[in-house]
Amino acid sequence: MNVHAVRAIYGFEMARTRRTLLQSVVAPVISTSLYFVVFGAAIGSRISNVEGVPYGAFIVPGLVMLSLLTQSIANASFGIYFPRFSGTIYEILSAPISPFEIVLGYVGAAATKSIALGAIILLTASLFVPLRIEHPGWMALFLVLTAATFSLFGFIIGLWADGFEKLQLVPLLVVTPLTFLGGSFYSVDMLPPAWQTVALFNPVLYLVSGFRWSFFGQADVSVGASLGMTLAFLGGCLALVTWMFRTGYRLKS
Amino acid sequence: MPPIISVTNLSKTYGSGFQALRNVNLEIRRGEIFALLGPNGAGKTTLISAICGIVRPSAGTISADGHDIVRDFRAARAKIGLVPQELTTDAFETVWATVNFSRGLFGRAPNPAYIKATLKTLSLWDKKDSRIMTLSGGMKRRVLIAKALSHEPQILFLDEPSAGVDVELRQDMWRLVRTLRDSGVTIILTTHYIEEAEEMADRVGVISRGEIILVEEKAELMRKLGRKQLTLQLQAPLERLPPALDAYRLELARQGSELVYTYDTQGERTGITALLRDLAAAGIRFKDLQTSQSSLEDIFVGLLRERA
Ligand SMILES: Nc1ncnc2c1ncn2[C@@H]1O[C@H](COP(=O)(O)OP(=O)(O)O)[C@@H](O)[C@H]1O
Ligand SMILES: [Mg+2]
Repeated sequence: MNVHAVRAIYGFEMARTRRTLLQSVVAPVISTSLYFVVFGAAIGSRISNVEGVPYGAFIVPGLVMLSLLTQSIANASFGIYFPRFSGTIYEILSAPISPFEIVLGYVGAAATKSIALGAIILLTASLFVPLRIEHPGWMALFLVLTAATFSLFGFIIGLWADGFEKLQLVPLLVVTPLTFLGGSFYSVDMLPPAWQTVALFNPVLYLVSGFRWSFFGQADVSVGASLGMTLAFLGGCLALVTWMFRTGYRLKS
Repeated sequence: MPPIISVTNLSKTYGSGFQALRNVNLEIRRGEIFALLGPNGAGKTTLISAICGIVRPSAGTISADGHDIVRDFRAARAKIGLVPQELTTDAFETVWATVNFSRGLFGRAPNPAYIKATLKTLSLWDKKDSRIMTLSGGMKRRVLIAKALSHEPQILFLDEPSAGVDVELRQDMWRLVRTLRDSGVTIILTTHYIEEAEEMADRVGVISRGEIILVEEKAELMRKLGRKQLTLQLQAPLERLPPALDAYRLELARQGSELVYTYDTQGERTGITALLRDLAAAGIRFKDLQTSQSSLEDIFVGLLRERA
């Protein structure tokens, strides 16, 4: 294990975060606060309780997931795409470092940032609504697993993209819709029966549901299913990234 | 002593179907300065990239200091430093950060004293806190050299080190290369500037269209392929040469005021004595004479023409 190299990549990525502190931390906090104003205050005044939880509090786990997903993908995809774009990737490719270590450095940094962001959003949220966390251990587990999984997913997008448009494409066209439709702002029970079935095909639903369960002890699907879905997605991403490195996909000609 | 780099039957065909390397076999000796000489597009960068692990070979094997670059990539790559042809740097990083990053990436524990000394050697020390994007092209090239040296490599690749570089940096660089060689580092540089190979190299390899067409000690190459020319300034210009001198294949230059005789330094006899005697017999008198030796450039052009 080339610990120095992992540390170098991780440190490089974290330094990049520090340089762009405003857009990487302040911006999500502002947008989360806006969600609170719009959904929590405006809509929440009409919907008093969802399954016994005040609406303002009910949307917190979904909001955290929304930011976690989009930020993990954005960070990790940019982190690996940019050296490919600028050409500095030559150094990574010629270094005595294994694919696993490269992933650990980049994805570890992106996940760290997302987790910190999740914590910041939770803190921001607690200023607006009283929060209780029933299963803190599970909450932390879902937070870390989701951040790691979607950072890895972002890393894959960063390897796959051959232009800045493509870098935006997947988050914009796939992830954001899935997150909004994944029960971030409502319980699946609130949907018409037919749509409830459709919603079950949305992988993000399982993440939001599991995460919400760790707060309020209630979920749309079982915690086992949530955990299973997260792990399955993580496994799929790991397999894909392994294949990419083995074939040199878009990294080496 | 076993070669420090050995390339065996290496071929590379890019995804586009273009074959950039054809069955390359090459051995680099420990501690030498090796110049890989070839025109643009010959495959120099591809060859270096294959050795450094940036390009995947289509066939063949490569080892660095006895380590196979695929099976034993960690040991092999830890030995190698690469200064790429393109000025690819992180714009927002400081010089200090980027050079220390490289050292870590190559698996070495931090050593600020060594990095400081390297930056000083490259006249970069007072720029250490500058962001790279604020530096000139020449300074960026120095940063790339510092990055390549950051992990104290045993083998250093310089891909077109003089491209777009001012005289001062070129001289600094050549001085540095010699110092490194004296400390035991093996240096492989690619260039299409012949003077660079001529000035720096112990051995020269010529690559053209993906094939190594010649590898030779520079001195040997000069001797073997070097031709000399004897130029005679005539007292009176000649219209044409007398047929008696046909055997010498002389050329008339400068409106017949100069005679040029080309001879092989390798030959048993140069034929100069006979030529001078026959010139006197033909009544051709000269007022001055010079000899000149062909440069690597002449040799190189000759070689490529031969194969075309
Ligand atoms: N990624 C690539 N895909 C296809 N062809 C390439 C690629 N990289 C280089 N080539 C081609 O391979 C040949 C050798 O290129 P290169 O090794 O860069 O030559 P040199 O460094 O000697 O100028 C050139 O004709 C170039 O166009
Ligand atoms: Mg080149």
